[in-house]
Amino acid sequence: MVSEKDVAHIAELADIGIEKEELAEFTGRFNEILDYFDILDQVEQATRGGTDLVNIFRDDIVEDSLPADEVLANTREKEDGFFRAPRVM
Amino acid sequence: MATLTFPQDDRYNAFITMLDKAETGPGKLSGIGIAIKDNISTRGIQTTCASRILEGYLPPYDAHVVKLVKKAGSGIVGKTNMDEFGMGTTTENSAFGPTKNPADTSRVPGGSSGGSAAAVASGMVRMALGTDTGGSIRCPAAFCGIVGHKPTYGRVSRYGLIAYANSLEQIGPMARTVSDISLLMEVLTGYDPSDSTSVNCPYAHIPDPDIRGLKIGVPEEYFGEGVNPRVASVVWDGISLLERKGADIITCRMPSMAYALAAYYVTCTSEASSNLARFDGVRYGPPADTRQTWHESFQERRRDGFGTEVKRRIMLGTFALSSGYYGKYYAKAQAARQQVRNDFLRLFREVDVIAGPTMPTVAFRIGEKTDPLSMYLSDILTVPANLAGIPAISVPCGTSEGLPVGLQIMGPHFRDERVIDVAYAFEQGVSR
Repeated sequence: MVSEKDVAHIAELADIGIEKEELAEFTGRFNEILDYFDILDQVEQATRGGTDLVNIFRDDIVEDSLPADEVLANTREKEDGFFRAPRVM
Repeated sequence: MATLTFPQDDRYNAFITMLDKAETGPGKLSGIGIAIKDNISTRGIQTTCASRILEGYLPPYDAHVVKLVKKAGSGIVGKTNMDEFGMGTTTENSAFGPTKNPADTSRVPGGSSGGSAAAVASGMVRMALGTDTGGSIRCPAAFCGIVGHKPTYGRVSRYGLIAYANSLEQIGPMARTVSDISLLMEVLTGYDPSDSTSVNCPYAHIPDPDIRGLKIGVPEEYFGEGVNPRVASVVWDGISLLERKGADIITCRMPSMAYALAAYYVTCTSEASSNLARFDGVRYGPPADTRQTWHESFQERRRDGFGTEVKRRIMLGTFALSSGYYGKYYAKAQAARQQVRNDFLRLFREVDVIAGPTMPTVAFRIGEKTDPLSMYLSDILTVPANLAGIPAISVPCGTSEGLPVGLQIMGPHFRDERVIDVAYAFEQGVSR
């Protein structure tokens, strides 16, 4: 069971604004879904076995990438070839 | 080169963006107009994932599959409507309005590839690309009465697919005939170095309807209490047709089905919480307010840009991965996922394919399902194939209450050819 305060905290972690009026409904639905997830408690923890997977890396050779002007094309918030972002401080 | 023109009447709201003409060239898809789901990047053509947060976004590159269909001579008709970021089973979660099912316009076309399904079912296009994370190609194919295939994970490059849940999703073909599905698979498959999960396994196959001696497993859990009895009956008639064509029907059990849906929803929401973190208004979509602080700005942008279901899934995933809850939810979901995979591996030692209904019901009425959990439960028959990464197809097998019903065929990893053969055998058997 999570409380409205918990849901508000999760929304903060996820950087999603939730209006106070929406909080009650969100919390109710959240709890219904989490109740359903409880069935996973019955699952035995898997033991970690070996794997035959291999990492896929390419050689460290510089290749073409997107031209900077195309990368910046989808925003008006740009300056000197940089994206302008909200204040960190 | 020839110019295809496309009538602009979109009475089902299947498209978010429609072109009025396109150039086609020589190749396997020469002269064929194709619709592309709006979560697949198309250079210079608006790509929104049916979300306000990407409104106006013009990708600077084509997805690998878009390059392939263009090279094969196809002309892109437009970008189809979908549930926002692939999150939904009805295409009602679109920021651009729901798509209507051509079979009955008061009903949903299924989701999340509902626009692609409606475009094909209505005859607007011969073929479309969809994506399938938990059933999003197969569900709308079943609800609209067309064919839809989810390839084995890795056979079709995901480069350029705007990610929702990258360990589960695949781009796949949707069409009115199994032959067209097969043709599109020839174009779409093959190794792509830009996708680190891409496998070198191209598809080059003519569908073969001879299924004599084929062993078809039917898990009891696929005909359990959640499945509408009339739908079950129509699907059993379909399986009986396959038996008359020479296949052996073997009932079997899949105990991991009890955990499959929970494992799916924990996994996909967890992956989504990470994949959708990039949508903050800085690089694409309506811009963030740069005068505000980081968190204030992003919280506001994401509050306004995401729909309710997207917010819900991001938050569920954030919670499932958070400290103190990771072991209870995410780790257990991976263990359950492995059990689903192992169940399929075990069954495929005894049978060649598995058959059952694609969906537990026929298409719902638009606006009927308001409760998220009951919506999630309708994915129960489609999510196992995504959890395991195996190929799965839905082929139309009749109607119930006048609405289309889909027969689902699943096969071992990399046996898309066999799955498509069985669907072809069924389709040919019906038309005789």
